[in-house]
Amino acid sequence: MMGNKVITVRNLVKKFGSFVANDNLNFEVSAGEIFGFLGANGAGKTTTIRILSGLSKPTSGEVKVAGFDAYRQTENIKKNIGYMCQKFSLYEDLTVKENIVLFGGIYGMSKSLIRERLVELLANLRFQEYENRIISDLPLGLRQKLAFSVAVLHEPRIVFLDEPTGGVDPITRRQFWEMIYEKAASGITVFVTTHYMDEAEYCDRISIMSEGKIVALDSPEKLKKQYNAPTVEEVFIKIARP
Amino acid sequence: MLKAIESSEITKTFGATKALDNISFSVNESEVFGFIGPDGAGKTTLFRIITTLMLPDEGTMKVLGMDCKSEYKELRKNIGYMPGRFSLYQDLSVEENLNFYATVFGTTVEENYELISDIYSHIEPFKKRLAGKLSGGMKQKLALSCALIHKPRLLVLDEPTTGVDAVSRSEFWDMLGKLRQHNITIIVSTPYMDEAIRCDKVALLQNGRILSIDTPQKIRAGFSRKLFAVKSVEKYRLIKTLRKNPEILTAYPFGDSVHVTFINNTLDNCLFEYLAKEGIGDAVIQELEAGIEDRFLELMNKER
Repeated sequence: MMGNKVITVRNLVKKFGSFVANDNLNFEVSAGEIFGFLGANGAGKTTTIRILSGLSKPTSGEVKVAGFDAYRQTENIKKNIGYMCQKFSLYEDLTVKENIVLFGGIYGMSKSLIRERLVELLANLRFQEYENRIISDLPLGLRQKLAFSVAVLHEPRIVFLDEPTGGVDPITRRQFWEMIYEKAASGITVFVTTHYMDEAEYCDRISIMSEGKIVALDSPEKLKKQYNAPTVEEVFIKIARP
Repeated sequence: MLKAIESSEITKTFGATKALDNISFSVNESEVFGFIGPDGAGKTTLFRIITTLMLPDEGTMKVLGMDCKSEYKELRKNIGYMPGRFSLYQDLSVEENLNFYATVFGTTVEENYELISDIYSHIEPFKKRLAGKLSGGMKQKLALSCALIHKPRLLVLDEPTTGVDAVSRSEFWDMLGKLRQHNITIIVSTPYMDEAIRCDKVALLQNGRILSIDTPQKIRAGFSRKLFAVKSVEKYRLIKTLRKNPEILTAYPFGDSVHVTFINNTLDNCLFEYLAKEGIGDAVIQELEAGIEDRFLELMNKER
């Protein structure tokens, strides 16, 4: 699709004892792509994501993330990724500003850069009035948007999103996808995991895992055609269980 | 028709937050009734009031003909409740959990086994396993079995499908469908709009208020405009470009397309030209029927 590969996975195997959690995975993800990583509970997705974020090492195979090797350069990988999940992403008892400063510090950004991004971010989200508000006092929709902005504060090459719009109202949900599209258009790769197939419909390409293997990988439209199904949900139900 | 639930002007406030604002509705017996809304809409608060675990500030709630305040003891015997989380003892086995719930309600697993056999048979091979060690889909089946084991007349399911994969979710809704034949009324909450279609009736909930209440078909039919899906490879640019067009009333991303309504309610044929001029030459436009989420969006915009 696009030239610049940000994630390259070749013959990835991860074993826990005799259990094969990832069984010879092969895929590539391009810069600026929105990639959906789907599978039933226990299919092995979490194992792969832990490897892609430098938290766990492959048993064998070649894995490169943002140009770094998943065996030896895990610290470099961590610096080049962002992560957001629906349940926990921000410290609820800190203010908006404090969260931004804290995460900026964790990402190793300079004080002046944090300052600059803080102003930018508050302006983009029309968030100025909330700067000194505690997170737990914010409406859920605002929290989600802020969490995403914080996950990409350090302009990572890749951002991992776990069920990013689950439980969010329909208007906020659309604003959220537009933020994701905007970041993707600027070149950040968006790696989405979700159980909700209507979220998968927003991705450029999706992969579906079953029992440690990737059993399908294509655009939602092509998969729907291939499996003669009106929705990704039906494609998933047809193939996600052995 | 007999009413399983009659809610009249229920209001509940937590500090400055109005969790429920003047909620009135009724649920018929043997109906599968869905409460659909985002996190924070008030679904759990409403279910706590229905299950007598919380009292409303104002209004009356009657469940199975009994008052939730004065007749709570009798009422509790007739309700099966599956809360959003923590309904199982993680350090008890599958079998122990089920026996525990049966005993608490003064019955036995044998007595009502027929009611749960369809569901429980999936997890029975693992009956010695600790509940904490089960997969998400299996936990959900056990929790449902436990909520049913005393043969309740009303089953209350608070977000039973959150965090569960699509295959298990679909199986779960099939199981609920089968429970109908036992004359159990089921109320279920979910943040996922696509699950509305599996209910007989749904209430759309937002900020403690009911936006609409009807059959899923009628809610969809309530969408007031012609709706079109526009597709292009460059989704982000497409949305931006569509929004700049003065003929367009709304443009929202929906999966791989953008759902669009027009101010004069007809497809403007100049749209292709306009998009091509703006550099989007691959646009495909199709009229489509509104879904529940389209209607939810429309209602939210009206509320603003």
